[in-house]
Amino acid sequence: MKTRIVTLVVNGDEHSLAVKPNRTLAEVLRDDLRLTGTKVGCETGDCGACTVLLNGRPVNSCLTLAIEADAQEVRTIEGIAPSGTELHRVQRAFVEHGAIQCGFCTPGMVMSSVHLLERAPDATEEDIRHELGGNLCRCTGYTKIVGAVSSCTSRCRP
Amino acid sequence: MSHTRDTLIGKSVPRPDAVAKVTGAAQYTDDISLPNMLHGALLRSPHAHAFIRKIDTSRARALAGVKCVITGQDVPAVKYGNWRLVPALQDETALATDRVRFIGDEIAAVAAIDRETAERAVELIEVEYEELPGVFTVEEALAEGAPAVHEEHQDNISLTRDIDYGNVERALSEADLVLEDTFSTHPVSHVYMEPCSVVARTDTDGRLTVWTSTQTPYYIQCLLARTLGVRENDVRVIKPHVGGGFGGKMELRPWEFAAAWMARQTGRPVKITIDRQQELAAGRRRHPVVITSKIGFKKDGTITGKEVTARLDGGAYNGMGPTATFLIGNFSAMLYKVPAYRYRGIYVYTNNPPAGAMRGFGAPQALFAGEMQMNRAAEALGIDPIELRLRNAMETGDEIPGVARISSCGLRTCLEEVRTLSNWNERRAASAPGEGLGIACYSFISGGVFNWFNTKYPFSSAEVKVFDDGTAQLTTLAADIGQGSDLILPQILAEELGLRVEDIRLVTGDTAACPQSDLGTWGSRVTLMAGNAVRDAAKKIKDELFKVVSLKLGLNVIHEIECGHGTIYAKSKPGKGIPFAEVVQMAQLANRGEPIRATGYYTPRDVGLVSPAFSFGAQVADVRVDLDTGVVEVAGMYTVHDCGTELNPMAVEGQLEGSIQMSLGYALSEELVMHRGRTLNTTLLDYKIPVALDMPPSVSKTVETFEPGGPFGAKEAGEGLACPTAPAIAHAVHEATGYFCRNLPIRPERILEHLDRRAR
Repeated sequence: MKTRIVTLVVNGDEHSLAVKPNRTLAEVLRDDLRLTGTKVGCETGDCGACTVLLNGRPVNSCLTLAIEADAQEVRTIEGIAPSGTELHRVQRAFVEHGAIQCGFCTPGMVMSSVHLLERAPDATEEDIRHELGGNLCRCTGYTKIVGAVSSCTSRCRP
Repeated sequence: MSHTRDTLIGKSVPRPDAVAKVTGAAQYTDDISLPNMLHGALLRSPHAHAFIRKIDTSRARALAGVKCVITGQDVPAVKYGNWRLVPALQDETALATDRVRFIGDEIAAVAAIDRETAERAVELIEVEYEELPGVFTVEEALAEGAPAVHEEHQDNISLTRDIDYGNVERALSEADLVLEDTFSTHPVSHVYMEPCSVVARTDTDGRLTVWTSTQTPYYIQCLLARTLGVRENDVRVIKPHVGGGFGGKMELRPWEFAAAWMARQTGRPVKITIDRQQELAAGRRRHPVVITSKIGFKKDGTITGKEVTARLDGGAYNGMGPTATFLIGNFSAMLYKVPAYRYRGIYVYTNNPPAGAMRGFGAPQALFAGEMQMNRAAEALGIDPIELRLRNAMETGDEIPGVARISSCGLRTCLEEVRTLSNWNERRAASAPGEGLGIACYSFISGGVFNWFNTKYPFSSAEVKVFDDGTAQLTTLAADIGQGSDLILPQILAEELGLRVEDIRLVTGDTAACPQSDLGTWGSRVTLMAGNAVRDAAKKIKDELFKVVSLKLGLNVIHEIECGHGTIYAKSKPGKGIPFAEVVQMAQLANRGEPIRATGYYTPRDVGLVSPAFSFGAQVADVRVDLDTGVVEVAGMYTVHDCGTELNPMAVEGQLEGSIQMSLGYALSEELVMHRGRTLNTTLLDYKIPVALDMPPSVSKTVETFEPGGPFGAKEAGEGLACPTAPAIAHAVHEATGYFCRNLPIRPERILEHLDRRAR
């Protein structure tokens, strides 16, 4: 299989990479760019652990070919916080609400939540449960995750 | 006068690893990439039962990029298993030698320059099989003349376990009501979010280092050493962050052996990551069990005696099955006072993928049967189900003859509180067709006392060092797999030393760095056992430090000394403390500079056969059944539980909430669908775990008891809760529709069949 050169803009940084056309975005992010915060839980698009934002929209990076993301903007869990010493408010809420146990679903959950709040700052609990419907968690029962995201909506903030 | 200082016990301190996990920095095994690393893949059996006549690996070896191919012929056929105490129960080899016993049985492994090449090479391995007839249910396996899964066990019975006390015959003959029921449960998957993964490397000094997604690093070290034919100290196991386990990661697995062997063979690091399809198709699962239970009651509801037989479908190998076989017998008579009890557990080999430990470990099955039968009894006796339980509930100080003593028990309070919390009496009186409330209880262990691994080390160990800057380091092999021991153990140490959690640095998950030993995470053992080891170490440290304080403050010998607020002080003079750092400096000076360090241990002794402590709880499910479709909607869950002292309420809540998710799936949506040994649903699309939208509203309350054997009075939290949910929902469905579920999961079609029959 012939490799192709793709240019990915990941968390604001441009990377030119030679990739085989059958490689997924998740593989390239994890193996080539060593951005291992994006987790792979099923490789069939069912668990949502690999969720990243492609041009601002959430995708399962295990079902997205790297060549599909050519010349596009990718945001991963590593690129969400405003700086290395500060957390994004969604990340902070996850920490404070105890929304993290094993942590394997966490990056995908955070990415889906960030996307929801950017689009719908006043999301209801029902909206949050819908948006996170594609992100599986086996530890938390989702209660504290939903609580953390709810605390970031405009409904909860003055 | 007692001085109450600020305490960390009962504080919802956030997890120290939360920031690393929420930023993606936390490293799990598959995140590790080493220089010059190879990638491995496994060849698995397509047949449920077959002889291997010939394996030809030549085409695989010839593929460009392939560096190593191994089969059962190339490696020593060392049998292993967690039951080291009884070597006859160790029935598994890493790679099949002459025979495969389940679909997915590992036959060969390949290491290549990348995963794609390794997987292609696996397809090029040619195996000649001679298929054998298989057995796929307990009934088939036990039938006369059935093919044997293991030659040593022609009857397909691997072992039986018995419990017997009191006169059961007399107890049942004196009963006013005797019920006999048979229940069966289904196989389900742990679905830990992180699929298993291993990286193995030979170090420059020849030692093997293995990073692996495990909940029992010590077991992996010992069993890997044995299968490789090296000393235990020649193997170093490191547990990175682990994305859940729930019992599914507590045994040595063939990929750990294969990666280690191929790393030695090639001189290069080898990684093998298992995909979800393999996890679901061939991974460990919760034992399907057929339970027959006979129980007698007096008219007033008093239990006179009980007799239980459990037949476990163990699949092709023992795994943790011998333990489950014993525990089902215990869990069947742990909630209520049963004066006469007889149990027989039978572990049956089949050609299904092997079962193993999974959250609750025998209790979800035992309590589904036991609690459903209690509800049937309540109906037959005309007694309210909560009332019937109250009449028989275990209490503090009760003994299970020859088995255990219940050192703390809040079951009665749990029942009374859940009745109020769920508005039980009023709601039951007023429920409409298709609506119902159901109840079930649980009791659970805080770790096991039986030394089936036959370790020669303490069950839990913790080393504590204190430094002259006023901080401390805790080193322990206790394994955090998501449940939060990396939070709770530092929290316990901080409380003991009067420091803040952020003053404690943790070193963990490395068999080469941590004190010997810790048996790992299973059976809800960590908080109690490792927690007690931490306290033991802390006490030794404080003994050293208190000498200095006593001298420095010129304390009368009658004074009690305490740690708090970063100082150490006489309890009667809390304002006149010496800063912790200063005390450490003085203690070091008094010791010519030697650092202050101590190791603490815990091994349960003289506490019966099962566990040092037992927790309890009661749960009510509020259910709506669509009478046209049979679809069950859980409208609410009410839980009241007794976990002793709640060390960290946020962590306990997280356990409870997660257990409802897993058990809701167990009751309604999750099932590994089997056909002649083949798992049919091997994606998370077809194997349906509840998502955020599926979760019912839930209200919970903690009844605090004080467990004398636990750290600060704490005991198990979160595993036992995996048990009452399915029977509570099934009971509610019975109340709503009349359908009495004897075979999990609860299926809409069975509810409809029942409604149709009743309508006719």
